[in-house]
Amino acid sequence: MAERAGVEVRLENLQRHYGPVTALNDLSLTIAPGELVALLGPSGCGKTTALRLLAGLEQADGGRVVIGGADVTTVPANKRDVGMVFQAYSLFPHMVAWENVAFGLQMRKVGAAERKRRALEVLDLVGLAPYANRYATQLSGGQQQRVALARALAIRPKVLLLDEPLSALDAKVRSRLRDEIRRVQLEVGITTLFVTHDQEEALAIADRVGVMNAGHLEQLGPPTLVYTRPATPFVAEFVGLTNRLTGEVKFGMVEVRGTQLPLVQPNEPQGPAIALVRPEAVSLATDGNMADGPLVGTVIAVAFLGATSRVTVDLGGGVTVLAQMPTSAAAGHPAGTRVRLALRDDPVLIAREEKAPVDA
Amino acid sequence: MAAVTQSFQRTRRQKLQVFRGVIFVAAGLFFLVPLFAMFEFTTRGRLLTDPRNLDAWKSIATYPDLIAAIVASVELAAITSFAMLVLLVPTMVWVRLRLRRLNRIIEFICLLPLTIPAIVLVVGLVPMYQWMGINFSDSILTLAFAYVVLVLPYCYRALDAGLSSIDVKTLSEAARSLGASWFTVMVRVIVPNISSAILNACFLSVALVLGEYTIAQNLLYNNLQVEIALLGRANAGVSIAVSAASLLFAFVLLVLLSLFNRGRGRLRLDDLKQVMRTERG
Amino acid sequence: MMGGRRLSLNWLGAVPFLVYVAVFLLLPTAIITAGAFLKGDGSATLSNFQDLSRTYVISATVNSILLSALTAIVGASFGALLAYAIATGNPQGLLRRVVVSAAGVLAQFGGVTLAFAFLASIGPAGIVTLLAKQYGLYVYAGGFWIYDIRGLELVYLYFQIPLMVLVFLPAVDGIKPQWREAAESLGGTTWHYWRYVAGPLLAPAFLGCTLLLFANSFSAYATANALINQGGIILPQQIANALSSEVGLHEPGFAKAMAVTMIVIVVMVTVLYSLLQRRTSKWLQ
Repeated sequence: MAERAGVEVRLENLQRHYGPVTALNDLSLTIAPGELVALLGPSGCGKTTALRLLAGLEQADGGRVVIGGADVTTVPANKRDVGMVFQAYSLFPHMVAWENVAFGLQMRKVGAAERKRRALEVLDLVGLAPYANRYATQLSGGQQQRVALARALAIRPKVLLLDEPLSALDAKVRSRLRDEIRRVQLEVGITTLFVTHDQEEALAIADRVGVMNAGHLEQLGPPTLVYTRPATPFVAEFVGLTNRLTGEVKFGMVEVRGTQLPLVQPNEPQGPAIALVRPEAVSLATDGNMADGPLVGTVIAVAFLGATSRVTVDLGGGVTVLAQMPTSAAAGHPAGTRVRLALRDDPVLIAREEKAPVDA
Repeated sequence: MAAVTQSFQRTRRQKLQVFRGVIFVAAGLFFLVPLFAMFEFTTRGRLLTDPRNLDAWKSIATYPDLIAAIVASVELAAITSFAMLVLLVPTMVWVRLRLRRLNRIIEFICLLPLTIPAIVLVVGLVPMYQWMGINFSDSILTLAFAYVVLVLPYCYRALDAGLSSIDVKTLSEAARSLGASWFTVMVRVIVPNISSAILNACFLSVALVLGEYTIAQNLLYNNLQVEIALLGRANAGVSIAVSAASLLFAFVLLVLLSLFNRGRGRLRLDDLKQVMRTERG
Repeated sequence: MMGGRRLSLNWLGAVPFLVYVAVFLLLPTAIITAGAFLKGDGSATLSNFQDLSRTYVISATVNSILLSALTAIVGASFGALLAYAIATGNPQGLLRRVVVSAAGVLAQFGGVTLAFAFLASIGPAGIVTLLAKQYGLYVYAGGFWIYDIRGLELVYLYFQIPLMVLVFLPAVDGIKPQWREAAESLGGTTWHYWRYVAGPLLAPAFLGCTLLLFANSFSAYATANALINQGGIILPQQIANALSSEVGLHEPGFAKAMAVTMIVIVVMVTVLYSLLQRRTSKWLQ
C-alpha cells in the first residue's frame, strides 16, 4: 500500500457540557501528520468526548476542530472523512467481513467489483484475507477489531480514531493487537488518535501521550517523558506506580525519612508535603546498619513480574513502600528479611492533599 | 470561540421527538378512546339529555348470575395461579438442578399452547369435560384444569426469566452445603429470590383467567366473560361497566407489579448464612 | 453418567408436570387428530375432511385468512412504528414502563371486553359516532360495518398492535448505537443507514412478528363472537357452531376436521416464525 502523508489535526479550545457537568474544559491539542497520539485517563476524564467531537458524532459547545487545515467544527460526521474503530459491536452483523470493510466504499459510490478488490486488499493489510467471507459472529474478538480497523482504513480517511479498541479483549490478544495496530498505522502513515484508560497500552504505542483528568490535559509528551518526568501529581499517580511518602519541604529540598531529595519544582512552599517516589527509585540493602531507622523495615511480599520484581517493605507505623528492581537483585531479599531502603537522588513531585490514589 | 449554529444532531433529535410525539398521541387516542368510551357509556342516563349517573354500576349487585360469575372467575383465577405455581416452580427448579437435558422439552411443551388456539383446544376438551361432568364433578371450577394449560406459556416465560437471573445451582448448592433440606432450599432460598417472577406469573394468570371466554363458553360454563356477553344483549350499560371494572383491575394489578419489581434486590451470601443460622436454631 | 437408581429418582421430579400436560394438553390434541379421521360409529374415514369443502366452510376459511393477513400487516406496521418510538426513548423512563405495561394488558385484552369497548366508542350508540353525527359525519352511512368483517378488521387492531410492540421491541432494542455511528463515520446518511444496516437487520424480526400476529388473529374467537352473535363468518366461529349445532352432533368429526385444519395452518406459521427468530437473535442478541 502506497505511503500517504497524513494531515495535521487541531483541537482548539474545545468545550463540551452535559447539563451541569463539564466534560471538556478548554481542551487544545495538535496532532502532527502521521503521528499517533494516545489520550489516557480514568473514566469520565473526557477523552472519549474529545474523540467523538473529532469524529463529528457529537457537537462542541465551544472551540474548533480543524482537520488538514479545514475547519470542520460544523461538518456532520458522515462528511468528515474520518475512520473510527469502536470498543465493541463495531461490525454490522448481517454482512460478512469484506462487505463490512467495503461499506464505506459503497457509501462513496465505488463500483461493486472495485469495492471488493479494495476491501480484500485492506483485509490483507491486517492479515485477515482468508476470513473475508466470515460473519462477525464467526470471528474472535481480536479478529473483529482487525476487520473494524480495515473497514476504517478502506476509505483512506484523513484521520484514524480508535475508541478503547482493546478494552473488551483478553489480555493476551490485547498486547498482540496493540502492536498490530501500531504496525498498520505506521505503514499507512495516517494521523491517529487513540483513546484508552490502560496506561501500558498508551505508553507502548504512542508517539505522544496526553494524560487527561476532569476535562483537561494534565500533560502531553512522549511516553518516556510522561513516565519519568510527570508534570503533576495526578500524572505521577495515574501513570505507573508511585510511593506516597510523608516529608517536609525545606530550603528547596524535601526531607523524606531522613533523606534529602531534590524537587521537580524548586520553589515549592515550605511545610509538610507528600513526596511521590517511583518504585524504581527505591533500592534495598541488607548490609550495614540495620538498627531501627526511618528507612529500615521488613520485607512483607515479593511479587515476581518476570524480568523485574516488586518488593513490598513495611517500615512500621502503617507505612509500606514499593521497590522495583531486576529480579536478580530482589532474590537476596525474601519475605521476612530486614532491609534498609535507599532513595535515588531524582527530583520528586510533591502532592499536598491527602487524597486517595487514582485507579490506574 | 466560533458561535455554534443549530447542529445537525440537534435537528435530527428534534425530528425524532416530533415523530415520537405524533406516534404516541395517535396511539394514545386509538387506545384510550374506547376505554374512555366504556366509562362514558356506563354513566349515561336513560335519554341522552338526562344527567349522568352511576346507575349501571350500582345495579351490578342486582344481577345474581353476574355476581355468581364474578365470584366463580375470581375463584378460578386464584386456583389456577396456585395450581400453576405448584406445578411449574418445583419442576422448573428441579430441571435446572438435575435434569438439564429435559430443559428443551419442557420449554417446548410450555410454549405449545401458544400454537394451539383455544377454540381448537376446546374441541378436544368437550368429550373430556363431558366425561368429567358425569364421573367427577361438573362444577365451573373444573375449568381450572384447562386454564393451567392456557397460562403455561406466559407463566413459563416469566418464571424462566426470574430463574435465569439468579444462579439456581450455586444458591442451592451453597444452601445444601450449609445444611439445608430440599424443602428449605425451595421455600427459603429459591422462592424469595424469584418472588417478582412469581408475582408476575400470578398476575398474568389472573389477567388471562378473568379475560377468558372461548373455553368457558364452548364448555357451557358461565364465567365472568360469558356472563357479560349474555347480559350485554339485555343491558349493555351494566355489562360494559363490569367489563371496564375487570380491565381496570388487570391494569391496577400490572401497575402494582411494576412498582413491586422496582424494590427487589438479590440474595447475598451473608443473607443466605443468616437464613441458615435461624434455620438451625 | 449417573447411576441407574439415582437417574430414575431424578426423573420422578418431572413426572407430575409431564403427567398433567399429557392429560390436559396432549390428550385433547390426540382426541382432535384421531377424531378427525373417525365417523360417528368409530370407523376410519376421510369424509370429515371432504365436508370441509362445503361453501360456508370455505368462505369462513378464506375470510379468516384475509382478516388475519390484513390485521397482521396493518398491526405489524403500526406496532413497529410504536416500538421504534418507545425504543428511542429513555430505557428506564416512566413513559416506557407505562406503555409496555399497557401493551401487556391490551395484548391479552380481547374478546368480550374489547368488543364492548368498541361498541361503546364507535358503535351505533357510541360516543364517537354521536359526536361525529353532530358534525354531519355519518359513520354508518354505508351500512353497519361494525357488525361484519370490516368491524373485526378494525377491532382486531386493538390487540394486534400491542402484541407487535411486545414481540418486536426486543429486536429494536437490539440495534446497537455503534452501528449507526459506524455507518455515519463511514459516510452514510440516515437513508443509507436504514437501507443498508437497520432495515436488513430488522427485516427478519419484522416478518417473523407479522407471522405471529397472523397466527394470533387467525386463532381469535371471542371478539368475533361477542360482536357477531350467531355468525359463522370466520373459521373459529364455524368450529363453535359445529360443536353446538344439530349438524355437529351428528358429525362429531366435522368440528375436529376444521380444528385440524386450523392447527396445521397455525403450526406452519409458527414454525416459520421461529426460523426467522433464530436469524434475528443471532444478529440482535
